[in-house]
Formats: sequence, C-alpha cells, structure tokens
Amino acid sequence: MTVLASPVPKTEVRSLSMAQALNRALRDAMADDPSVVMFGEDVGALGGVFRITDGLTAEFGDNRCFDTPLAESGIVGMAVGMAMNGMRPVVEMQFDAFSYPAFEQIASHVAKMRNRTRGRVTLPMVIRVPYAGGIGGVEHHCDSSEAYWAHTPGLHVVAPATPADAYALLRESIASPDPVVFLEPKKLYWSKQEVALPVRAPGIGTAVVRREGTDATLIAYGPAVPVALEAAEAAAREGRSLQVVDLRSIVPFDDETVCAAVRSTGRAVVVAEASGFASVSSEIVARVTERCFNSLAAPIRRVTGFDIPYPPPKLEHFQLPGVDRVLDAVDDLQWEQ
Amino acid sequence: MTPDPRRLLPSAEPVSLIDPQGRAADSPSHALPDDATLLRSLGSLITARRLNDQAYALVRQGRLAVYPSSHGQEACQVAAAQVLEAGDWLFPTYRDTVAAVVKGVDPVEALSLLKGDWHCGYDPYLHHVAPHATPLATQLPHAVGVAHAARLRGEPTVVMAMCGDGGTSEGDFHEALNFAAVFQAPVVFFVQNNEYAISVPLSRQSAAPSLAHKGIGYGVNAERVDGNDMAALLAVLGAAVERARAGEGPQLIEAHTYRMQAHTNADDATRYRDDADVEAWKDRDPIQRLRAHLRERELFTDEIEAGFTAEAERVAAHLRDGLNRDIEPDPEDLFAYVYASPTPQLREQAALVADELSREGAN
Repeated sequence: MTVLASPVPKTEVRSLSMAQALNRALRDAMADDPSVVMFGEDVGALGGVFRITDGLTAEFGDNRCFDTPLAESGIVGMAVGMAMNGMRPVVEMQFDAFSYPAFEQIASHVAKMRNRTRGRVTLPMVIRVPYAGGIGGVEHHCDSSEAYWAHTPGLHVVAPATPADAYALLRESIASPDPVVFLEPKKLYWSKQEVALPVRAPGIGTAVVRREGTDATLIAYGPAVPVALEAAEAAAREGRSLQVVDLRSIVPFDDETVCAAVRSTGRAVVVAEASGFASVSSEIVARVTERCFNSLAAPIRRVTGFDIPYPPPKLEHFQLPGVDRVLDAVDDLQWEQ
Repeated sequence: MTPDPRRLLPSAEPVSLIDPQGRAADSPSHALPDDATLLRSLGSLITARRLNDQAYALVRQGRLAVYPSSHGQEACQVAAAQVLEAGDWLFPTYRDTVAAVVKGVDPVEALSLLKGDWHCGYDPYLHHVAPHATPLATQLPHAVGVAHAARLRGEPTVVMAMCGDGGTSEGDFHEALNFAAVFQAPVVFFVQNNEYAISVPLSRQSAAPSLAHKGIGYGVNAERVDGNDMAALLAVLGAAVERARAGEGPQLIEAHTYRMQAHTNADDATRYRDDADVEAWKDRDPIQRLRAHLRERELFTDEIEAGFTAEAERVAAHLRDGLNRDIEPDPEDLFAYVYASPTPQLREQAALVADELSREGAN
C-alpha cells in the first residue's frame, strides 16, 4: 500500500489516544483526496458522539463532512451510490447495534456490488462502527457484531487495537478499492500511545506478534488485545512465557502469521469479547486446528463472551474476557504431559 | 421557512393527455409532446411490446429461468428512459428491463441475470444504468447517493429511480425520499403502480390517498400520471427531470398502470384476481391508444408501421439469437470478482475447484 508514503516524509511523534489517531487519519485522508467524504449521525457540528470527526466540518466544509437524517440504511445506501459515482465515502454507524438497520444494504449491496457486476462497479467505502463493550453502556450500545460482517463474503473486516494501528488501518481502509467494515473498540478510544506520524504499519490482512513468547500463543483482536497482553505480563511473573498475536484484520485472515505463531509454541488460547458460539473465535480454532493439528500439544481453548445478550452495565464485567479467565484457560493447556 | 404543504399536493386525478380512445385531452398543466416525439415513442413502444413477448416466449422455451414482464406497462418503461440525457442515470427494478434497453443496454446483456450466466450482465457505466435491483427499494438510496455525488461536483446529472407500488412500503423508499429531500438531490422517484405486488393488491399495501401523496411528508413534489398514456408520461416525467436538473430537488411521480400478466411465469394470477379485471385494462392499452391517436391524425401510416414492425422484429431476433447461444460459464469467475485481489482463502478455494476440474478432465 502506498497511501502512507508522502513525497517528503516528515516524522512527527506525539502522544495520541485512539480517538485522536482516528480523527487525524480522517483529516489526513480528506486533505489528501478530495473524493473522501465523511457522513453519518451527529458527525458534523458535534464531531460525533465519540468526537472521532471533531473539527472536520469546520476544516473541510459541510459538503465533505456532514450530518444525515437518522436512518442507517439510508446512510449506507447513499454511500453506495456516492461510491458508484466517484467518491470515497466514510460513514459512521453511531453504535454497533445501530448498524443493524443497514444490514440489508451491507449484505446485499455493499458486499456484492463488485461481484455482481464482474468488477465493473467497485465500492471504495468504509463503514466505521464504534463497537463492543467495557464502557458501561446500556443495552444496544455494546454489541460485538464482527461475526455478521466476517460471514459476509465481499467485505473486509478490520479491528485495530492500538492508536498507531487505528491510524494506519483507517488510512488504508479509506484507500482500499473494496468496502471495509472498520470496527473501533470503544473502550480503547481513550487509550494512549506515542505515535510517529505518518504511521508505517503492515497492511490489511496482516496480523502481528505483539509480544514474543515460547510456551503458548494468545490470539486476540480489537478490545481483547490489551487483555491478552496483560495476561501475558501476569503469566511472565509466574514464569510462563506467552506470545500474543493481534489479528488486526479479521477478513482477510492472516493464516500464515497465526499458524506460524501457534506452531512455534504448540499451544493456543483465543481471546475475544463476542459470544463464542458460531463466532470469529470458533473460526480461528477451526482454521488453526485444520492447519496445525500435528503441532498442537493441547486442544485450543477459547475465552469469549457468554452466549447471552450483552448484559447491563453492572453485570458486564462477567461478560468481558478478563486476565484471570485467560490465565485459567492457559493453565488448562495440558502442561502435565 | 415552512414550505406551503398545498404546493406539495399531487393533482386529484392522474394527468392524461390522450384518452383511451386516442383523443387528445386538455390538461391545465401539460402540453401534448410534439408529433415527431410521439411518433418516435410509438416505434419504441412497439419494440418494447415485442421484447416483452419475446422474452416471455423464451421462458417457455427454457432459455430464461424467469421473466417479470412489463407487458401493458411499456409506456412507463419507454418514457422513463426517453426523458433522460445520456449522462443521466437509470435505476431499474427486475421488471424494468425494457427501460434499461431503451436507455441503451443490449437486451441480451440485460437478461443475463434471468438467463443465469451471471448477475448483472452489462457495464452499468456504459449507459448509466444501475444493475437490476431485486431486493425491493434498496436501489433508491443508491440513486440518491449517485445524484448527491454529482451535485457536489456541480454536474448536471439527474437520476431516475424506479420502483413499484409494493416497493413504496419498504423502509428504503422512505429513507431515500427523505435523504433526497434533505440534500435536494436531483432524483426523480418513479413509482409504477400496477396494483399488485405479486398477489397482494394495492389496498393491502397502502391506505394513502395515492402513492404520490407519500411525497408530502418528506417535502417532495409529487405528481400523478396515467401510466398507460405515453404522451402524459413524457410530459410529466420530462417536466420532473427538468425541475430536478434545475435544482428544485427530488420529484415523485406515480404512474397508474396495471400488471397485465402474472408476476412472473412462475406465478398463478388466477389465484388472487379475476380475469374480468384484466380484461377491463385491455381497453386502456398504451400502444393501441397512441396508435389510434396518431392514425386519426394521419401521422402514422402503413409504411411507418411496417418500418416499426421490422425494427421490433430485428430486436426480437437479436434477443433470440443472443439467448439461444450457450455460453459456458467459467468457474474461475466464482472467485475473480469478490475482491479487487482475492484473499489467500479465496485463492485456496479457487485452487480446489481448479483441481476438481482437472481431475474431472483426466477421467
């Protein structure tokens, strides 16, 4: 991908939250390419309920970043038309569960347009979804909806876990010729990191090893990555060396990096916030088992959300995969043999 | 400032310029199109009817899986495309193949979907015709987006967005009208009210005074037109396109017409409507009406008719030849167009199919 390469690379290092990194990515993309437009609910004067679009209308005008009527199918449907006609729309679904009215547009059109027209009509568009829980949100504000999108051929599905990745992956998603569902872990919006801009990072479809380790591999994405890293830190204090893989994209899936990691340790735990049944986590277990069976010393374990509707704020800590559950799962990986 | 809602009230009766007997009818709002336009339109109508009947016959011969015919609605089909400029977009539903063809799409390519060779068989950018939409009304927000993008760039594009009476019940119809109005997008929403959504009659679809009245709630100008009156359709749709192009925002046009045949050949209309109802509409046939009018005025001679019939036969023969040709679909296409470049997983799956095929070939 070439989008991140500027003719005169000037590196600027600053401490950014994920929300600020996303804002900066949008601003830079809009400055670089006049066909990039941003729209959705409350993204104009307010700057989005999470302030991800803060200042964009002021800087680029109401034709480039604008509020729409409150109707998600209309938002995504209009983006399809604009993408058909030379624009690169980025739309915001205000919260994960509020994207469901747009499900038909996404499943029937966004995902299929390229294929049904034999590549003649492409839809370079990004559907940004503030997603998952851990922020004490009330019902319908904390869903982990990645399995719906990952199960729909034709979409790319991306979930950053760090501010630097948020910047790099959003820039790349906007530049992508294909539609991307961009999942922004809400609870990581305020996590900070020293970020060197412009960020140079592996592209969509590439997983990275966030922490080296030799005893077992933790596989995570989005909001579960910091949990996995914390668990690895705790395990290290007890003398167990855990490797952490951050998927970064769910689709395309980086079988190569994940399988190489699991083969190197022989044991794996998948950590994900979404309910486990028929989920991305079950897909990971199936894929890794199919490819790495002979390298496995134990069945792969999963630490996921329960198969229940997302709980109310005062009970949500039971639903979220935590360090203790991850360490318990690691303990279960048949170490005694 | 609140717009005057009375301004948005559609006329009490559909606009009609030629009555079912072929006589010119006075309209306070619209003039009869010129003779050359009417004559050319009759030629298009004759070809349109021939296309519908040829496609229907090809279903019976097993060349098409199914064909939702616009038989009896040809005036709507021809007018919708004829009022557009080459750079304007048309968003057709599955029943609007004829409109797509009038806009320039090759009929053989237009019917690829129903033949089963691929989904959309034509290049949407070549004639600015979007792929046929089968999920009802979902194409309407796309039409708004195409129009809005054009407007942002200062281009004079107008978008004709088609749907049926059933489609007006879908959420996307309402969202599209609302978005178009808020953004003043140059879209003409063209509803062909043919009184049936498969088996469900209009009375179970809507309790509105007319489908055009749905525009009022969104601040969209609306008008009703006799959907079997080619002259009225050209005048009303033409004026709507002009208003949209002039920056007056979206327009909603409801054409009152009738689905003369079953939903598709797979449907049995005798289970839900009386033949007598269909018979009554035969007297309002759009082709007979314009033909009678132009015959009466001695503009439509036997010689011209022979020319129109020959052209219709030529198009029908082209359709027959195209659809009778068997194209061997390429299994590699299954994976080729899902993404700009196939994911590693799709490459593996494509290799699996290639391997299956090579083993079949070896046996």
